[in-house]
Amino acid sequence: MTTIMPFGNTHNNFKLNYKVEDEFPDLSKHNNHMAKILTKELYGKIRDRQTPSGYTLDDVIQTGVDNPGHPFIMTVGCVAGDEESYEVFKELLDPVISDRHGGYKPSDKHKTDLNFENLKGGDDLDPNYVLSSRVRTGRSIKGFTLPPHNSRGERRAIEKLSVEALTSLDGEFKGKYYPLKSMTDAEQEQLISDHFLFDKPVSPLLTCAGMARDWPDGRGIMHNDNKTFLVWVNEEDHLRVISMQPGGNMREVFKRFCVGLQKIEEIFKKHNHGFMWNEHLGYILTCPSNLGTGLRGGVHVKLPKLSTHAKFDEILTRLRLQKRGTGGVDTASVGGVFDISNADRLGSSEVAQVQLVVDGVKLMVEMEKKLEKGEAIDSMIPAQK
Amino acid sequence: MPFGDAHNQVKMKFSSEEEYPDLSNQHNNHMAKYLTPAMYRQLRERATPNGFTVDGVIQTGVDNPGHPFIMTVGCVAGDEETYEVFKELLDPVIEDRHGGYKPSDKHKTDLTSSNLKGGDDLDPDYVLSSRVRTGRSVRGFCLPPHCSRGERRAVEKLSIEALASLSGDLNGKYYALKNMTDAEQQQLIDDHFLFDKPVSPLLLSSGMGRDWPDARGIWHNDNKTFLVWVNEEDHLRVISMQKGGNMKEVFNRFCTGLTKIETLFKERNHAFMWNEHLGYVLTCPSNLGTGLRAGVHVKLPNMSKNAKFEEVLKKLRLQKRGTGGVDTAAVGGVFDISNADRLGFSEVELVQMVVDGVKLLVEMEKKLEKGQSIDDIMPAQK
Repeated sequence: MTTIMPFGNTHNNFKLNYKVEDEFPDLSKHNNHMAKILTKELYGKIRDRQTPSGYTLDDVIQTGVDNPGHPFIMTVGCVAGDEESYEVFKELLDPVISDRHGGYKPSDKHKTDLNFENLKGGDDLDPNYVLSSRVRTGRSIKGFTLPPHNSRGERRAIEKLSVEALTSLDGEFKGKYYPLKSMTDAEQEQLISDHFLFDKPVSPLLTCAGMARDWPDGRGIMHNDNKTFLVWVNEEDHLRVISMQPGGNMREVFKRFCVGLQKIEEIFKKHNHGFMWNEHLGYILTCPSNLGTGLRGGVHVKLPKLSTHAKFDEILTRLRLQKRGTGGVDTASVGGVFDISNADRLGSSEVAQVQLVVDGVKLMVEMEKKLEKGEAIDSMIPAQK
Repeated sequence: MPFGDAHNQVKMKFSSEEEYPDLSNQHNNHMAKYLTPAMYRQLRERATPNGFTVDGVIQTGVDNPGHPFIMTVGCVAGDEETYEVFKELLDPVIEDRHGGYKPSDKHKTDLTSSNLKGGDDLDPDYVLSSRVRTGRSVRGFCLPPHCSRGERRAVEKLSIEALASLSGDLNGKYYALKNMTDAEQQQLIDDHFLFDKPVSPLLLSSGMGRDWPDARGIWHNDNKTFLVWVNEEDHLRVISMQKGGNMKEVFNRFCTGLTKIETLFKERNHAFMWNEHLGYVLTCPSNLGTGLRAGVHVKLPNMSKNAKFEEVLKKLRLQKRGTGGVDTAAVGGVFDISNADRLGFSEVELVQMVVDGVKLLVEMEKKLEKGQSIDDIMPAQK
């Protein structure tokens, strides 16, 4: 009655006994990238595949099947379970990537530029409007499967490697690692007040993809003593690296980001576990929306007048920027304060994306000031970047 | 199947110690009590013929350390074979959960409602409603934590055919969750029939919410006293209910309807999963045996505050819940009181315990209202 190793594909093979029509998900009410691309024919063609670690098409799409659409943002609706997912399921993921990343083609090459000196300006955003500045990205560690798929053993191995790497940092990056499962109440309170603590995901976009399994095992937070550089371990990606500080000095934030990230990457490489990267997709992350730079550079900025202006969304589109509420991706804005960040991830470099934020936010603050004085902003509407 | 981990071939490259879940800190469920590192090492090499593995069995218990109101089971079956393939874990869990039920024990099924004594006279001033539910699994398909869309749809199709051939008092209609009109939905909510997408992490962590609302639906008779849920936590949940305290009538209808449905499924070569050791096989080990929960919503504002309330319930082999269902708290002194057992007793025996026990609880409530003591009517352990 029992089956011995390897068992990975047993259930997938069993499902093949059912016709394609019977297994193909009902996507008729769905509005996400996966649902746009995945036809019954395509499903039929690739449903019998699996990656070397046993990840299947149904795994890739489960989150998109379970979550038809989101009111604030067009969701991706699919995730990678490992580095190979992007290759094995390319017939689905290439068009999703193209749709999500402004027409990025399977033959395109992505440019990485983490040289902070290439950024122009960015140190003078008005702190009366720009309350805080932040740059984050994700990194995946080669040789392990990704959060939707990984086992406890893998997750713990990633944590172990990360703790070694992070606790060896010094200077302004010197800090401490707090595993989620053995945090004291006092530590937890402090991390919450600092806005550093990440909680067990509640968003069904993440939980349906399996990223919350075994919580809080293998998860933790490292931050430097200055509280301006922080790393999340085993949340939505293996690593999320964040540089942040109050006020508008995005230049300083980006410099710390680049320097810290490169130090971390060197240490991982020494342990023979470099980051997942290739010249087509750049940095490989769990969600196809984060491929390329995986970078979200943003500010919390007061735009009560501009945000109610008829052209607000158009301006954002032209500046290649995106708005969110200050609670993060699934939230609404509160009190006219918005999280404004770059919309792009793939096809432009880190420096280029942060430049868009710096220039774009500067312009929007100017517009806000004009509107405060009752003046028109029509002459300032930018061209499409 | 859900969440990839069940077929993660990379796991086997890590040692058993590296993969063994951390159950040390806060875990308080049946699975955590029994799953030792040595047992995990042994079980992780296996899979059922449908590819369900030990990590699939235990995921819900790893993710949900414990529940404030109720000692959770912490493991589920993905198919009928799970109970055999992972018996080293599930037998002790079953024994612990079902009052010492041994691997060699036999379970008795009795759906002859005329064997119930009394039950038609619970005081409707106190007993607001009466209800009996059970679950059934359809042989030949994987269970909700593991089934694919194709399987789930096949279960739905069979169910619709079977239910459509019921008649008389059981004549009714099927409402598929995914194409219900707003009006239908509102009516089902008002009737307290509609089940929603599970929000309880106990269910979601085991994968039962996948593909919602595909192939889920509700069937009910025209009289609104008999209803069947398709593809929620089990393939089928069968419910008989009505206002007031006539549990006998509720149980009559339950047995009649269930027997008819079982006949229809057998005719289509898809009998219910059943064996003489575990009785009816369901997703959660807590529902094995009869799968039966017979209960009432009853007003016990005085009794529930009495120091001996819990003790009385225990002696009567009854369990309390809030009126919102398993994960909820009581509101306004109204409790959901039902049988605590599922396995090792027959359906008739369990409903008898509810009927007799609730009758006594209402007597106690009345005494307490009058300021009288209840010491002389305390029951012995059933």
